[in-house]
Amino acid sequence: MGYRYEVRLSGSGGQGIIMAGIILAEAAGVYDGKYVCQTQSYGPEARGGASKAEVVISDEEIDYPKAIKPDVLLAMNQKSCDAYFFDLKPEGTLVVDSTFVKQTPTTRAIAIPFTQIARAELKKEMVANIVALGALATLTKVVSLGSLEAAVLARVPAGTEDLNRKALEAGINAAKLYMQGL
Amino acid sequence: MNEQATTGRQVLLQGNEAMVEGALAAGCTFFAGYPITPATEISEVMSVKLPAVGGTFIQMEDEIASMGAIIGASLAGAKSMTATSGPGFSLMQENLGFACVAEVPCVVVNVMRGGPSTGLPTNVSQGDVMQARWGTHGDHPIIVLAVSSTKDCFDITVKAFNLAEKYRTPVIILSDEVVGHTREKINLPHPGEIEVIDRIRPNMPPEWYVPYEDNSRGVPPMGIFGDGYRYHVTGLIHDVRGFPTQRPDEIVPFLNRIHRKISQHFFDILMVEEELAEDAEILVVAYGSVARSAKRAVREARQRGVKAGLLQLITLWPFPRQILEPYLRKVKAVLVPELNMGQVSREVKRINQGVTRVETINRIDGNLITPEEILVRLIKM
Amino acid sequence: MAEVTKLIHKYLRHDKKFPHVWCPGCGNGIVLGALIRAIDRLGYEKDDIVLVSGIGCSGRLPVYVDFNTLHTTHGRALTFATGVKLANPKLHVIVIMGDGDATAIGGNHFIHAARRNLNLTAIIINNNIYGMTGGQYSPTTPYGALATTAVYRNIEHAFSIAELAVTAGAAMVARGTVYHANMLDKLIEKAILKRGFSVVEVVSNCHTQYGRRNKLGGAVQMLQWQKDHAVRVEKAAEMPEEELADKFTVGVLVDRDLPIYTEEYKKIREAARAKMAAMR
Repeated sequence: MGYRYEVRLSGSGGQGIIMAGIILAEAAGVYDGKYVCQTQSYGPEARGGASKAEVVISDEEIDYPKAIKPDVLLAMNQKSCDAYFFDLKPEGTLVVDSTFVKQTPTTRAIAIPFTQIARAELKKEMVANIVALGALATLTKVVSLGSLEAAVLARVPAGTEDLNRKALEAGINAAKLYMQGL
Repeated sequence: MNEQATTGRQVLLQGNEAMVEGALAAGCTFFAGYPITPATEISEVMSVKLPAVGGTFIQMEDEIASMGAIIGASLAGAKSMTATSGPGFSLMQENLGFACVAEVPCVVVNVMRGGPSTGLPTNVSQGDVMQARWGTHGDHPIIVLAVSSTKDCFDITVKAFNLAEKYRTPVIILSDEVVGHTREKINLPHPGEIEVIDRIRPNMPPEWYVPYEDNSRGVPPMGIFGDGYRYHVTGLIHDVRGFPTQRPDEIVPFLNRIHRKISQHFFDILMVEEELAEDAEILVVAYGSVARSAKRAVREARQRGVKAGLLQLITLWPFPRQILEPYLRKVKAVLVPELNMGQVSREVKRINQGVTRVETINRIDGNLITPEEILVRLIKM
Repeated sequence: MAEVTKLIHKYLRHDKKFPHVWCPGCGNGIVLGALIRAIDRLGYEKDDIVLVSGIGCSGRLPVYVDFNTLHTTHGRALTFATGVKLANPKLHVIVIMGDGDATAIGGNHFIHAARRNLNLTAIIINNNIYGMTGGQYSPTTPYGALATTAVYRNIEHAFSIAELAVTAGAAMVARGTVYHANMLDKLIEKAILKRGFSVVEVVSNCHTQYGRRNKLGGAVQMLQWQKDHAVRVEKAAEMPEEELADKFTVGVLVDRDLPIYTEEYKKIREAARAKMAAMR
């Protein structure tokens, strides 16, 4: 069986989790040319409930469309971090938004304050998801940064391209700083 | 770039969205629907795209009306479609029977959710397999196709329209919440790359047209309203001219013909996919989203030395009996995993007649059966 | 050849097995005659007319005439007609229904069709009863009347079909009777010509199932009742209310110009094309 890479993005409704999943899938599938499957939590809650999006990436046709054991877990709030950490692969990568996740279950967690960065540097909390995507791609190399940028710009509302490009850069920079141990 | 990227336009689409693309590629120009979870995206995307290609989208007052409207549109020459889920599918059953008896081509999508009743609106299920077959009253022929991926949602929707037009019959597509909402990258083929079939229309002088006269195909040419072949369309059992009849010598040939036109063309309608099935000792029979879990389970089982194989059913009705039977005589056991209490497995057992062992996995909690669940059973078997 | 013979030859189906299913004296034949005369006067091609019906005695009406005819399911005629009209707006789509058909099982479709305002013509034959199934009470059976499912008496209150159509937003609403046959021709003609959703309620008689059980006499007596109780809309406007107590109005109740669905939808298509072009 071919290579199979699983990403789970999680947080609360309104944090842009599903949009982040769609952008990631589009970057990997349409722009990087891989096979992708993107699924998401689906329920009656519109805002504030638990939100989850999964992206499975492969070099061959994907059978089971959902994540079995995620290689990467992004947790944008405490509740989702607690709920999904147990599903992560033993060698998997946990990335948390330290703005909201105060208790990390493992010392290996990568904690970056995505929402804080969005607020402070971009003056728009709603782009925290794009900041997180930039960091995620830099940390895991799951998609190329060029593809990610193309996918972001194709999906975001017209007139917000600059804001989102900056958000992506902020995420990339935050990840680079983390990797340099700063 | 991989091999699948060579043709067409690459896009990331939900299954529900891909169905719209498939319908448009097949020449659908009319859609009537009523909002229902988890099928609503089909209506929404149709409302955006159909008018742009000169077609018509209408939101009707309920699913009964939606089904009536697509039959009317088809009689006036449009390729038509509706999409719904369990409760709405129940409401469509009466008019679905009308389409069977009046031989009106149309496509009905049911994105299955948990039932019975309002059930589990946002959860996956495969509970409507038997309703798709027997939901409308009386003995009737029907074609039911099950989709398992975004690519299927495109390809099988095209196929559904083609079968509907070719055999003058409603075709039901059973999707489910997982298939409908999963986004996958697919290549949308260029229009010229797809086979599109249109209904055969009469070309004799109108006074010679006998609208329901039998022929070797069992499918009479279909006049459409306004093209000069005035005839009567009714849900009553009718004679070859379309007029109501109670004469046994007219009733029986009519009912036999509408069944024969499907049975006679069984192999044209039949679609299955086989994965590692040829030398399998344990055969998994699956369809829809569960077929994807099954495919993975079968591959993993092989890695562990268990000779498992998958028979994925795309055509559910007419049931692929002729494909299944040789396997039943060959394998040591059959496993049917499905998201209901045992609907396809019931048909498998009926055909099996005790020839081999048939086991089932039935999940009804609103979640997809995982590859692991199937694998564990395969190893035990 | 007499005028009526010419119409019979021109419009009735030669290959259809007669006699028809209706009782002697039934109003349905009068409605069919009025419809044929109206269409003949309009000079429409038979190929361009689609006659749609539901279930019941009225539902059998289209089978006898040489148009594109569609005998649908109970109450659903308007939904099929909606699809026909939208798929080919050039067709003249005329829908025949009964009182139970249009206002009980099909009541929801009826009010929504009126609201939606497609260019359809709905003719509703109101005989106050379910005739074909043997005389059960319908939504227009009067309070206190007898029926096979109201043998003690009917305790429900009747719809006024025409007034329901007015309230639901139909572009044109008229009421006629099978007694006033010449007037009925003209109302139907006007309704077919009307651009928008038009309704003609036809007060009819079911002496077999309703008249006999309620001691209203045979067909002749019931037609006489129509004559005695119908008042022209224009005349009724000048009459005191107490004189109108046991009367009903005939004529055109409402005639208004409203946006037509298919015309509006053309604009939707233009907007959609523009949006798609902008996205490319």
